[in-house]
Amino acid sequence: MSNLKFKIIEGTRSAAHSIFAHGFRSFLTTLGIIIGVASVIAVVSVVQGFSANITQQFDGMGTNVINIESYTPREERLQGVRAKLTYDDYLEIKYRVPGISNVTPTVRMWGSNALITYRGQSSSSMIVGTASTYQKLNTVYPERGRFFNLSDDNSRRRVAVLGPSIISKLDIKGDPIGQHVGVSGEWFKVIGIAEKRGKLFGFDQDDFILLPFSTTKALLGGAQEPDITISLQINEPSQLEQVKQHIKNLLRRNHRLSKDAADDFEIATADQMLDTFDAIVGSTTLVLGGIVGISLLVGGIGIMNIMLVSVTERTREIGIQKALGATRFDILLQFLIEAVFLCLLGGLIGLILGFGAGSLISTLTGLPAATVPAWAIILSFGFSAGIGLIFGIIPAAKAANLDPIDALRYE
Amino acid sequence: MSKQTIIELRNIAKHYMMGSEGFYALEGIDLDIYLNDYIAIVGSSGSGKSTLMNLLGCLDYPTAGEYKLKGTDVATLNETALAGIRNREIGFIFQNFNLLPRATALQNVMQPLIYRGIAVAERKRRAQDALEMVSLQDRMAHVPNQLSGGQRQRVAIARALVTEPAILLADEPTGNLDSSTTTEIMALFDKLHGNGQTLIVVTHEHEIAERCHRVITLKDGHLMSDHINQVSAKLSSSEAVAHV
Ligand SMILES: Nc1ncnc2c1ncn2[C@@H]1O[C@H](COP(=O)(O)OP(=O)(O)OP(=O)(O)O)[C@@H](O)[C@H]1O
Ligand SMILES: [Mg+2]
Repeated sequence: MSNLKFKIIEGTRSAAHSIFAHGFRSFLTTLGIIIGVASVIAVVSVVQGFSANITQQFDGMGTNVINIESYTPREERLQGVRAKLTYDDYLEIKYRVPGISNVTPTVRMWGSNALITYRGQSSSSMIVGTASTYQKLNTVYPERGRFFNLSDDNSRRRVAVLGPSIISKLDIKGDPIGQHVGVSGEWFKVIGIAEKRGKLFGFDQDDFILLPFSTTKALLGGAQEPDITISLQINEPSQLEQVKQHIKNLLRRNHRLSKDAADDFEIATADQMLDTFDAIVGSTTLVLGGIVGISLLVGGIGIMNIMLVSVTERTREIGIQKALGATRFDILLQFLIEAVFLCLLGGLIGLILGFGAGSLISTLTGLPAATVPAWAIILSFGFSAGIGLIFGIIPAAKAANLDPIDALRYE
Repeated sequence: MSKQTIIELRNIAKHYMMGSEGFYALEGIDLDIYLNDYIAIVGSSGSGKSTLMNLLGCLDYPTAGEYKLKGTDVATLNETALAGIRNREIGFIFQNFNLLPRATALQNVMQPLIYRGIAVAERKRRAQDALEMVSLQDRMAHVPNQLSGGQRQRVAIARALVTEPAILLADEPTGNLDSSTTTEIMALFDKLHGNGQTLIVVTHEHEIAERCHRVITLKDGHLMSDHINQVSAKLSSSEAVAHV
């Protein structure tokens, strides 16, 4: 056993010698492995950084939060029918469903309604009309100033909480608090600036204006009830299913749906969204695995090819080593270690390049910081070593089985 | 005092098939080699000298006959055991040196000790001693193409000696060297023989054959003559007496 250890150490020494003696050739040989590992690490690091960030966001949302939105099946939508959640639905849920809190109506303004102005500057943003409970459910807290309260909502005050990006977007000079910005042609007094949240999917999460719900509703005009989203929190997570059922019954009754009609609303929990997201990440990783498998296979064949050439080229050397007393096993081990060593080096270079590329991509696109999970590192090295073993064995066996006298006579 | 036999060859043949025709490179060779023999093998080109040396060095195998090395029938040994014999019992010196091209002189001499499982520090020490013996202590870090032909052959000799083999086989060791270098190498062989080494040297050159104590002549794969070289044998024994 210690004899084997000795042989492995000597094999490694000689492999390093021969790999670094032909530095550039070795680099080209292992390029397939480098590219394979680098691409997988780049993608994995971005996806992982991303998914860690998303999970964190969902955690912030709280798993016991429920979102209710209107839902129109495709066929009906084509016929011009549009399902709707109304303020009435909100009130029904808020006062009839037990075991819930922070029930929050949200209405969004789109298109020309989303126009914002400030001293001759104009732009557009996401305009959200909501209640003061919004901050708890979405963990959007004011960094400066205050959030609007019940009294702002009740008296339809024209006050606004700005996402931090709005300040630069409208080029607001000085302290924004107390200044006025125009939304959809009306002036709103800025009372608070939200905490910065950064970018997600390259999408600025700080580009929004929050207004009191009733003010927004009035702004949209009374002609048509707006379609709203209702969010709420379940006090006792174990009661989730009961609460969902309760809301479902209530909305069906409110919307006068017949027994066999489908729901015209959707009840989603943050958990469900997280599950969906996990499934997407999982299948992405799987597809990725396939691509990497193929690229590593190609890399492995490249290595085998060059190793076979190198065995032929070193036939005389092998003959000399055999004349000096190298056994078949010595030669086999030497070439096998060389292949594995080469692949591991390729894996290491790939890892570094991949992480670099991943970090670069994250920085350039504003995605969360790339992270390389330990399993990806272990897997990369494991794969590289495996490729070295599998594709090194044929050249190594070829070298080991050379006849000493034939090898010495080889021209 | 009876002489101790190291090698016994009985009716050895090496047969090659060339297409449909068979050809004997060696045939019916009977030979005994004793401890501290100093043998020259001579014969015209193609007479089978290298073939015989390769058989003796266990680099090649006979197609018929029996080869006993220190009493062991070599034909019964497997590949690993043969590698062990090449490593322990035999030091082979080639006409074209056969040094590892990318390794330094020191690394070349250390190489056979790797296969003996000797740790690196001890390997280095022994290789340095061997290189000192061939007066190359100041060329240890040179790779073969930074050395002259004579220096390369001395590295090869150091490499053959470092394992303290039972027998030293040299196939035209001076064939690629000039006459003064040849004299140097032969002086080294004389000294080794004086120290008790068993040597077999293949040569074309008369002066070299005359230095050896026993001359074997091959012709067309047959052993033509095997005689003691009276002059040099006497010379060496009188030297030995003088030493004592
Ligand atoms: N692999 C081989 N296949 C066929 N014939 C061979 C082979 N090796 C050697 N021979 C033949 O065997 C004969 C003896 O060759 P060998 O190399 O032993 O000669 P040699 O005495 O060493 O000659 P030289 O003095 O020129 O080195 C030659 O005729 C050669 O052609
Ligand atoms: Mg020859």
